[in-house]
Amino acid sequence: MKQAIALFRKDLSSEIRTRYAINSLLMFIIVTISVILYAIGQEKISDYLTGGLLWVIVFFTAMSGLSRTFVSEEERGTVMALQLSATPETVLSGKFMFNLVLMFSMNIIILVLYSLLFEAFVLKNLSLFLAAYLLGNIGIASASTVIAAIISKAGSKGTLYPVLAFPILLPLMLTLIETTKMSMDGTPFDESLVELAVLGSYNVVMIAASYLLFDIIWKD
Amino acid sequence: MNNYSLSVSGLTKVFGRRLIFRGIDLEITGPGIYGISGINGSGKSTFVKIIAGLLTPSKGAVEHKLNGKKAEDEELPGIIGLASPYLMLYDEFTAEENIDFFSKVRGGKFSSERMRNLFDYFGLTERKDDLLKTYSSGMKQRVKFIFALQHQPSLLILDEPVSNLDIAGKNQIYDMVRDYACEHVVIVASNEESDLALCSRVIYLGDYKNNGNGEGR
Amino acid sequence: MKSNILKVSLFLLISFVIVAGMAFPIVEKPAHWYEFPLIPGLEENAKIVFFHVPTSWVSVIAFFMSTVFSIMYLRKKRIEDDYKAYTAAQLGMIFTILATVTGAIWAKFAWGAFWSWDPRQTSIFALMLIYGAYFALRSAIEDDEKRAKLSSVYSIISFITVPFFVFIMPRIMRGLHPGSADDSHSGPVVNFKMDQNMLLIFYLSLFGFTVLYYWMWSVGHKSLTLKEKVQKSYN
Repeated sequence: MKQAIALFRKDLSSEIRTRYAINSLLMFIIVTISVILYAIGQEKISDYLTGGLLWVIVFFTAMSGLSRTFVSEEERGTVMALQLSATPETVLSGKFMFNLVLMFSMNIIILVLYSLLFEAFVLKNLSLFLAAYLLGNIGIASASTVIAAIISKAGSKGTLYPVLAFPILLPLMLTLIETTKMSMDGTPFDESLVELAVLGSYNVVMIAASYLLFDIIWKD
Repeated sequence: MNNYSLSVSGLTKVFGRRLIFRGIDLEITGPGIYGISGINGSGKSTFVKIIAGLLTPSKGAVEHKLNGKKAEDEELPGIIGLASPYLMLYDEFTAEENIDFFSKVRGGKFSSERMRNLFDYFGLTERKDDLLKTYSSGMKQRVKFIFALQHQPSLLILDEPVSNLDIAGKNQIYDMVRDYACEHVVIVASNEESDLALCSRVIYLGDYKNNGNGEGR
Repeated sequence: MKSNILKVSLFLLISFVIVAGMAFPIVEKPAHWYEFPLIPGLEENAKIVFFHVPTSWVSVIAFFMSTVFSIMYLRKKRIEDDYKAYTAAQLGMIFTILATVTGAIWAKFAWGAFWSWDPRQTSIFALMLIYGAYFALRSAIEDDEKRAKLSSVYSIISFITVPFFVFIMPRIMRGLHPGSADDSHSGPVVNFKMDQNMLLIFYLSLFGFTVLYYWMWSVGHKSLTLKEKVQKSYN
C-alpha cells in the first residue's frame, strides 16, 4: 500500500510539474459545455435531456484524460524502470488512485459549472444523486484504468480508448442516467436501492477483475 | 549475506516466426561476473529481459532462488537490479527524486546513506538536485547505475554498461563491478572486449540459434 | 464421406426449416400437420420466430464461446485457442447482424418502428459494440502473442458486464418483445401459444442453426491454424 501511495504521489507531482492533463482537461470541459450551450441557444430543452448530457460530458472527459497515466509511461519508455521496481499490484493501485483523484476533481468542476449554467438541471433528491455520482465516478475510474492499461500496450492508439471503454461502461452509464432522472423526479432513497446496488456491485466486480487481469496485461 | 542462485533451463524465445534463441541452460550458484555476448540482434537484451522477468519466454523457465527457496514474482523487484541504455527514468524529476521514488515503490528499507555514497562514487553529488532532463547521456547512464544498485540486488544485470561513458567512467564501472561481484552475481551483456574480459564465463548467444534439427551449431 | 453426409443432411434440414417456416400457412384452427396456429397480436409476423430466435441464440453462444476460449488461451497460451475465440467472435458478429436485421424488419411491422430501444434490442446493440471494439483492438496490434493476450483480456472484461445489463435493463426500459414481462399483447409465446408442429419446426431450426454455426466455426479456426502452419514452414 505504501508503495502504491509512492507511485500515486509521483504521478501527482509529475502532473503538477508538467500540467499536461489538467490544462487540457479543463479546456476540454469548458469547450464541451460551451458547444452544448451554443447548440441549445434559446431553445427550451427537457429536464431529462440535461441529465443525460451531463453524463456525455463526464464520459468524454474521462476518455480524454484517464488514459494518460499508462500511455505516458509507455511513450517515454519509463515502463521498464517501473516494471523492474514495482509489483503489478502496486502499479495498478497507484494508477487507480491517481485516476480516481483526477476523475473526482474534474467531475466536481463539471458538476459546479453544469448546475450554474443549465437552469433545467434541478435535482430534487440531491443525496441520491450524490451517492450515485460517487459510485459512478469510482466505476468509471476503475474500468477506464484497466482499459487504459490495455491500450497503452496496444501501441497507445488514441482513438481506440473510447471505442474499447464504451461497451464496458455502458451498463454503468445507463444506470447513472437512470438514477439522475430519478433524483430529478425526487424519487426517495429506498426506491432506488436496486440502482445503487448495481452501481456498487459493478465497482466491486470491475476492481476485482482489474486486479486479476492486470498481471497479464502489464508483463510483456 | 544471502545465498542467491539462478537457474535457467531450456530457455527459448520466438518473436512471431523469428527464432531468437533456443534451449539456453545456465546455472549460477555463486558470486561472480558472467558474460552474455553475441552479434547485434542476437538477442542479448531479450535474454537479460527474460532473466529480469520483463519478458515471458516462449519455452523454458527462469528460477531465482534465495537461500534455496524459489523467489515469487512479487519478490523480484527486491532481488534484481538492471541498468541499460534503453532503461528510461523520469525526466521531470531530479536524480535524487528518481532514486527516492524507485526505492519507495520497491518497498523494503531505504538507506539514504547508501544513496549518498553512490552519488559520491559516481560523482553526481553536485548535480543531484538538477532535473534529469538537463543531464548528458553519460550522466544519465550513471544515474541508471545508482537505480540498479541502490537496493543492493542479489542479481545485478548490466546491458551494455559502458555505452555513453568516457575512459575514466568505464574504469570506474569496472572497479565497481569487480567489487560488487565479490558478494553478488553480476551478469554483463555486451560485445566490448574490455567488458567481457571481466567475466569468468561467457555465453555466446550465436550458439543457440539452431532450429532444433541439428543445423546451425 | 461421413462429413459429406452430415453436410448434406444439415443442408436439407435448414432448407426444410426455411421453406416450412415461410410457406406453412397460419390458420385459426390448425387441422393439418403443415398448418400453424394463430397467435393473437402476432398473426403472420409470428413466423420470424424460426429465423430470428435461432440467430440471436447463436450470437449469444458465440459470445460465450469466445470468452471461454479467451480464458483457455490465457491459461495455456496456445495460439489455437485464440483462433477459436476469434472465429467465434467473427461468426458471432455475423449472426448478431442477422438477428438485428431480422428483428428490426419484424419490429417495423409489429411495433411500427425499426428501432425502439427495447431491452433486448439494447443488449444486442451492446453486443455489437463489444464485437466491434474487440476487432478494433485486434487490428491495432501487430504481434500475434500480444494480440491474443490483450484481446483475450478484453473479451473477459466485456463478458463480466453482461449480468449488469440483464439486471438493469428491464428496470430502465419497457420490454416490447413477445414473451417479456411487460408485454400485454401476446404474452409468453414459446411453449404456451405454439402448438406441437410449430414447436417442432422451431426446435429443428434452433438445432439446425446451432449445428451450422458449429460447423462454420470449426472450419474457420482450423483454416487459421493451417494458415499459420503454412507461413511458419515457409520461413
